Parts: sequence; C-alpha cells; structure tokens
Amino acid sequence: MLSPDFVILTAVAYVCLLFVVAYVSDARASQGKAGFLRSPLVYTLSISVYCTSWTFYGAVGTAARDGLEFVAIYMGPTLVFVGWWFILRKLVWVCHSQGITSIADFLSSRFGKSSSLAVLVTLIAMVTITPYIALQLKAITTSIQTVSSARGHGDRLAGLDDVSLALGAAIGMALFTIFFGTRNVDVREQHLGVVAAIAFEAAVKLLALIAVGLFVVFGMSDGLGDVYARAVEAGFDVHEREPFGSRWVALLILSASAIICLPRQFHITVVENSNEEYLRTAGWAFPAYLMLMSVFTLPIALYGLATMPAGSNPDMFVLTLPMAAGQDGLALFAFIGGFSSATSMIIIASIALSIMVSNHIVLPLALSRGDHMAEAGEKGIARLLLRSRRISIAVILLLGFLYFWLTGESDALAPIGLISFAGVAQFLPALLAALYWRQANMKGALSGVLIGAAVWIWTMFLPSFASTSPTIADLVKNGPWNITALRPEALFGMEGIDPLVHSVFWSLFLNAGALIFVSLLTQQGVMERVQSGVFVDIFRSAQGAQRRVIRGTATTDEIFFVAERVLGWHRAQSLFDTANVPRGDDAVGVAVSSDFIARLERELASSIGAASAHVLLSKVGADDRISLEEVMQIAGETQQAIEYSHELEEKSHELRLTAQQLQEANAQLHELHRQKDDFLSQVSHEVRTPMTSIRSISQILLREQDLDQDRRSRFVKTIHQESARLTRLLDGILDMSALEHGERNWENRPINGETVLDRAFTVCEALARQHEIAVERIALVDDVRIMGDPDRLCQVFINIIANAIAHNSAADPMVKVFSRVENGNYVVDIADNGKGISMEYWNNIFDKFMRVQPEENGAAVPAGLGLGLNISHTIIQKMNGRLELVEGPMRGACFRITLSLCDRVSA
Amino acid sequence: MTDILIAEDEPAILDPLRFILEHANWKVDSVTDGEAVLTSVRKQRPRLLLLDIMMPKLSGLDVLRILRGDPHLAEIPVLVLTARGQSQDRQMALDLKADGFITKPFDNDELIDEVSRLLAKGTVA
Repeated sequence: MLSPDFVILTAVAYVCLLFVVAYVSDARASQGKAGFLRSPLVYTLSISVYCTSWTFYGAVGTAARDGLEFVAIYMGPTLVFVGWWFILRKLVWVCHSQGITSIADFLSSRFGKSSSLAVLVTLIAMVTITPYIALQLKAITTSIQTVSSARGHGDRLAGLDDVSLALGAAIGMALFTIFFGTRNVDVREQHLGVVAAIAFEAAVKLLALIAVGLFVVFGMSDGLGDVYARAVEAGFDVHEREPFGSRWVALLILSASAIICLPRQFHITVVENSNEEYLRTAGWAFPAYLMLMSVFTLPIALYGLATMPAGSNPDMFVLTLPMAAGQDGLALFAFIGGFSSATSMIIIASIALSIMVSNHIVLPLALSRGDHMAEAGEKGIARLLLRSRRISIAVILLLGFLYFWLTGESDALAPIGLISFAGVAQFLPALLAALYWRQANMKGALSGVLIGAAVWIWTMFLPSFASTSPTIADLVKNGPWNITALRPEALFGMEGIDPLVHSVFWSLFLNAGALIFVSLLTQQGVMERVQSGVFVDIFRSAQGAQRRVIRGTATTDEIFFVAERVLGWHRAQSLFDTANVPRGDDAVGVAVSSDFIARLERELASSIGAASAHVLLSKVGADDRISLEEVMQIAGETQQAIEYSHELEEKSHELRLTAQQLQEANAQLHELHRQKDDFLSQVSHEVRTPMTSIRSISQILLREQDLDQDRRSRFVKTIHQESARLTRLLDGILDMSALEHGERNWENRPINGETVLDRAFTVCEALARQHEIAVERIALVDDVRIMGDPDRLCQVFINIIANAIAHNSAADPMVKVFSRVENGNYVVDIADNGKGISMEYWNNIFDKFMRVQPEENGAAVPAGLGLGLNISHTIIQKMNGRLELVEGPMRGACFRITLSLCDRVSA
Repeated sequence: MTDILIAEDEPAILDPLRFILEHANWKVDSVTDGEAVLTSVRKQRPRLLLLDIMMPKLSGLDVLRILRGDPHLAEIPVLVLTARGQSQDRQMALDLKADGFITKPFDNDELIDEVSRLLAKGTVA
C-alpha cells in the first residue's frame, strides 16, 4: 500500500527529473552539442505523445469492454506512418519550406493566408483540446487515487480531494511548459528541451506498460495461452463482438486523421521535425512503438476481467493488477508511465495551442491596436509574443482545469478522447485538399471546416452532455422543437447506427462536400493561387531537374497574372485573345497548350530576357519557394528592365539624333570647304587685277625713262588706286573673318537706332555731295531702343547708303532713307531711283564677292569688292535682324533692315 | 587697219596694255565688253585679238566660240588673257582653238614676244 504523500512526491520528483532532462538538453543544444537530441530515435519517441493516458489506461478499458476495437486506434496512425511517403513527407516538406508553425498556420497559409480560417481552426482546436487536457488531469487524479488506495478498490482517500490534485498538476504542467516552451521565440518553433523530455517520457511509459504486461502474462500467469484460457474459463468470449464493423472503420479514419490533425501531433511530427529524413525511420519505428504499446493490452484486459472482482474499473487494470499482486513498485512504475502519458500530452498540446492562440488571435489583435508595433519594433513584438504565449499556456491549462472541475464528477470526460479525435478530424478534408487539390480555395476550406465543426458539435459534442443535462438529453431524444430530422444522433432520419459512426459520417461528408462544392463554385485569389501551387507541387521542383516549363496544374489565370505583370494588361489581353485562351470562369480545367506557353515565353523574353522569362514561367504555380513577394520582386525587376530598355531606347534615339547632327555638320563642313575654295578663288581673282595693273605699269615705268609727265603721273595714280583697292580688299577680308569667327569686342547693349542712323547719314551726306546726288532722311520715330553694337550698325547703314549713292546712274539721282516702327520692329528702308537690281541677282545678292555688273560703261564709280553686302548681312544677322532686298518705292533698289525692339523696361 | 584689238574691261589693266603695244608700234584699238568685241572684230578685222575672259555682257569664252563658229572670222588669231589658277578657263579656251595664252599678272616682254609670234604667224599664213 502506497501512501498518497509518497505517490504525490514521486510524481513531483518525476516532474523535477523532467525539468533536469529538458534543462540539460536545452543547455547542450545551446552549446551546439545537440547530438543525439536531433536523431530519428528521439523524433520517433516524441511522436508517441499520441499515446496519452487515454491510451495508456483507456486502451485496456476499451479492450475489456469492446474487444479488439482498440486496435483501430493504433491501426490508423500505423497506416499513416507506414505510408509516410504519401502524406507526411509532403506535409513536412511544405511546412519546412513555408516556415509553418501550426495546423492553423498551415491551413491559413495554404488558403491565401486567410486570418479567418486561422482563427476558426484555432477556436475549434481550443474547443476540442481543452476537454482532452481535462481528461489527462482526470487520469492523473484518478491514477493517484487508485495507486494510493486500498488494493484493487477505488475507495476515495479522505482529505485529498482530486480538484486540488488536478489544480496542482495543471500548475506544475503550466510552469514546465512556460519554462521550456517559451524560452525564446524560435522561427521554427522547435523546443529541443521539451522534445527530449517528451522522448524520455515516451520511453518510460513504454517500459512501464511492457513491464506490467510481462508481469501479468509471465508473472501472474503462464504465458498468453494461460491468459486466454483463464478468460474463457471466466466466461468472456473475446470474439463476442464483431470487431471490423462500421464503427471500426470510423475509428480507423479518426485515429488516422488524429495522428496528423491533432495540434500536438502536428506540432511534434511536423513543426519539431528538424530533418525530413527522420520520417524514414519514424515510418517503421513509430508503428513498432505502437505495436509494443498495444501488444499486452488485450492480455492485461482479459486477465483483469478474469481475475479482478466485478465492478473494478478496467481503465485502471494497469495499476490495479500489479497492486493486486502486491507489486507496489511495479504499480508505482506503471503510475509513472501513465503520468508520463498524461503530462507529455498536456505539455505538447498546450505549446501547440498557445502558438496558435498567440499567433492567430492575440498578436493580430495587438498589432491591429498598433501601439506595440511602434513601442519597441522587433524586440517589442518578440516580447509581446512570449508574453502572449505564456498567458495562453496558463489560460489553456486553466480552462482544462475548469473543464475538469465542472465535469469531473460526471462521466462526460470518459468519451472525450474520441470526441476530440472527431473534432480535429474536421481539419482533415481541408488539409488533404491543401496538399493535393490545387483548385481547393479558402472559401471552400472555410465552409467545409465550419460546417464540419458545426455538425460535429451538434452530433457528438453536445450529446456527450446528455447524461448530465436533461435538456440536452431531451434534445437528443426528440430533436430541437421536436424536429426529428435534426435529432443530433439521427440526422435526416439516419437511425439505428452507432452515434460515433453517425457523427463521423455526417460531419466529414458535409465538410468535404462543402469544401468541394464551394471550391468549384468560387475563384481563388491571387495569393491563394500562388500558395496552392507551392503546396500541391512542392516536389516538382525538388525532383525534376529538367522539367518542362508548363505543367497541367498551372491555370490560365495564373499564367495571365504573370503575363500581365510583365507585358501590361493590354498586351497580355491581346495575346490571350488571339490565341483563344479562355480565362476566369471559362478557364476552369482548361489546359494551356505548350505552344501558347512557348509563345508567351518568347513574348516575355522580349521584355525581360530569356532566362528571366523561363524562370518566371517555371515559377507559375509550380515552384516550392515562390511567394507573392517573389513574384512582386520579379515583376519589379521586370519593371526595372523595362525602364532600362526605355532608357536604352532614348539613348539610341539620342544617338540617332547625334548621328543626324553629325551628318548635317559634315555636310556643313563640306559646304564650308567648298565656300572656302570659292572664297580663295574669288580673293585671288580680286587680287589679280590690281596686281596685274601694278606689275605691268611699274615695269613700264622702270623701262621707259622718257615718258611724258602726263602719262607718268597717270600711271602712278593708277598704281596708287590699285594699291588702295588691295588695302580695301584686305580690310574687307579681315572684317568678314572677324565677324565669322565671333569678334571679341562685339557689343550687345540697348542703343537708339535713330541716333546711329543719323550718324551714318551725316557721313554719307558728304559722299552724296561729291556725287551730286540728293539724299533725304525721312524719320517717323525719334527714339528707338534696339539691342546691338552701334558702330557695327553704323557701318551697315553707311555701307548700304554709300552703295545706293555710288551705283546710282539715274539722270536725277536720289537716295531716300525711311525709318519707322512696325509690328514691334525698327524698320529702315534705303531706296534709290537707279536702275534697280535685276531679278537674277536677288537670290545671291548677299553672297561674298557678289557684284552687280553696271548696266553701262559710263558708271564712274570705283569697282566694289563684293564684300560689303555680305558683311552687312552678317552683322544684321548677328543682331537678330534681317537685311533684305525689297520692292523699292522709287523703281530703283531698296534695302530693308529690320531689327526687333528691345523691352521698354530694359531700355 | 587695226593690228591688235584689246578686249579688257578693267581700265587699270587696259591702260598699260595699250601703252605697251602702241609703244611697240602696233596699231591698237580697245573695247570693254563682250558684245563690243564682236562688233569691232567684224568692222575692223584686226590681225590679232587680245581677249580677256572676265568681261561684262559676253565672256571672252563666249566671244571665242562665236568667232570660231563664223567662217569669216574663224581665221583671226586670238590671244587669251587668263587668270593664274583658272585652269578650267584655259582648257576651254584650248578646246575652242585659242592661239595663245597670257596669264595675269604678266611680264610685259613676254606679252610682246607672244603678240609678235602670232602676228608673224598670221602674216606667213
């Protein structure tokens, strides 16, 4: 007989041992000596968190009541793990690649990162798991009561009430979990210390159960045959029940789904997995573990039934049989085994739940308030996460305790294991669809989970309270408002079948139906499309070295999405239209031809280069590492490439312009070269005449000493004249050259045009008197402000007026100078009544060396150089004005100078 | 009878030309434009035409073409006054069977030699 104090102290000591195991493991891991902690063995053992006290104690009870039915609870997980290659491998790959932290995170992430789905899954998990935790607390209290009571009987020990025991257990577990489960916020949510402790507990519970089994089979009886013989002798027929009926199938389905969907299983199998290869070992080792766990279940149950007094609780046979044999030590070991089962479940379940609660409920709420974000940035969030994680753990265990407290006295806890299994099984359709059905979408998953959970609550969770609540019992019996079709255990008139089968059938049927129906009816969002590709096609990229760009799984919408990002909506639209590729609702299930893909790739390549186009199309719907961010990034790079190519285009345009300018400049140079040749030949011509004259005359003068004085002086005068002509020529050339090369001392200031004109006119009056020509100045303005160089302008006026005077051969020669303001311009007309300039010269009158040949021989004027008008023209052009030949008022020539007035203000 | 007809529009050149040729005892007449050349040639039938190329109204080359195309005037020897560097004019004058060339600026002795040569040639013919 063990004293309660001793039992409780042993339990406390065991928990302390767990602390040490976890602490040492954490310490080793932080020193980088994780070693065997990260091994397939530890991983496999930790998965056995599946075997809770419900299995440890309850399996024997189930076997005692229902024969081989308990095998189904082991068969489901066994099948899943033996077939690890099919589901678990993909699940682990996806979750690793996506950094998934929980089943809620998994489903939400796959279905467009939907927060509503995450919250729904978290809430359902809370509803299903809290009673499950309560069940563990009940197992702990019951086992303590059992092992420390009179042997074989469940007599209560006065003074130790199970509520305080449960509270103590809950607080102890909360401390352990908070201490080791929330030491830091790890991105991958891996807790080596906790896992090590769980693996340790797994070994303990297995050894405990095997020890009890060996003792019962070989210690208390003579082998298995003897056990069976005793059972038959006692009148129990193990074949009494049909083991493989519909209920067995339902259990198989539930347990198979539970090993994946239970938050703690998802956490330990998927999230805590540090190497996908461990699955290979777990694939055979975990089924082996389960087999060892179950191998003695039936013998213990049979032996207990055969030997224990009637009315004994078969759930406690594991404890009571050793106690009945006086083996207190073994009983205590068995108790520790059961305690291990219960605590490991509580620890992992609360960690998994707290991750979900804090990540999907607390954190979004806190962030939506916004103040924590601004408070301390990343560190603030980490602190906030840890705090919410710890509070979540405490709240979860508190809820478990409260549930235990409120229902502990009733039988409501007994079936909670299966009820939990059925609850979390509602995640299964969405989870499978997430991995294998691309078209599954968020709305489908949400409605499936929602309907499945509702049906589960109505047909299973609610009826479990029938024994404690008369209202619910009535509801179960008659249906709401006496609507028989809605009776929780006989929905739509489906009567006479096992309530479990009934519930599992309806909830999963409606769940999957809603998922499929809604997914087919509605469209995926962009994010969902991207994520569905990642989840469903996780292995395509990992396996295929040289895979074809397009896969049947990429939808036209996805391809369009990519095309649109790169080509723009219009080009993408026209491309799809010309190829007759449907999109949107019409495109469901339409496969895109590889021809079209090849064409699209070429189109994309023209914008972003072949390599990028190939990568981008390869990414469509089928890569493992793609995220929307990546798509955006690629699109961003594309945008840059497009901008760059725009720049290039502009540059090449500039280049073309430059080339054109160069061509023009070249043509100009050629023209200048020709002009220079012309100029040189003109100059040589101009020089030649005076040179010829001077040379010839000087030779005469040298030779002929006896020339008469008259002739001699005439010759000398000619020489003088011709020399002067050469000088003028030289001056003109220098003048012109200076003008053309941009003279340095060129003034540009506001001047009064009339003053300049007056000055020029005065100079010319003398010349006019000499030629006996009448000049007249007609001024219609007196103050005209223009910009320019006064001396140059004066030179132009003089040049043109002098020309008019010198070349006038009329009988009554006359030159008139008109000045006026017209349309904001200062206009000066210099007109004469001579013969005028014949039309043949009008086009090139301002060319260099252009001379109008005099009409008659009689003109007694010094031959012009043909540079004056050219120089004048250049000067006026430099002053932004015009010098032109116009129709004269007196039939003769008329030169017009037009200069724009400058601002009155600046003048 | 005129020995030499000078066609030259520049007085500064015509003046010394006349003096040189007259000083060598030839009978000299002069005109200052292309049309006047043709009139004078027809009227006076000079023994030699000293023809400048750059002239008003009709250029020396035009005058030469017309003379060579006229059977009555084609025989008159023509000495062409060309400018240094104007090889195109010289080539065209050659094609039009000019009898000799004087390049401006010229040496007075050279001019007399050439004129003498052509006059002597004409006499022999």
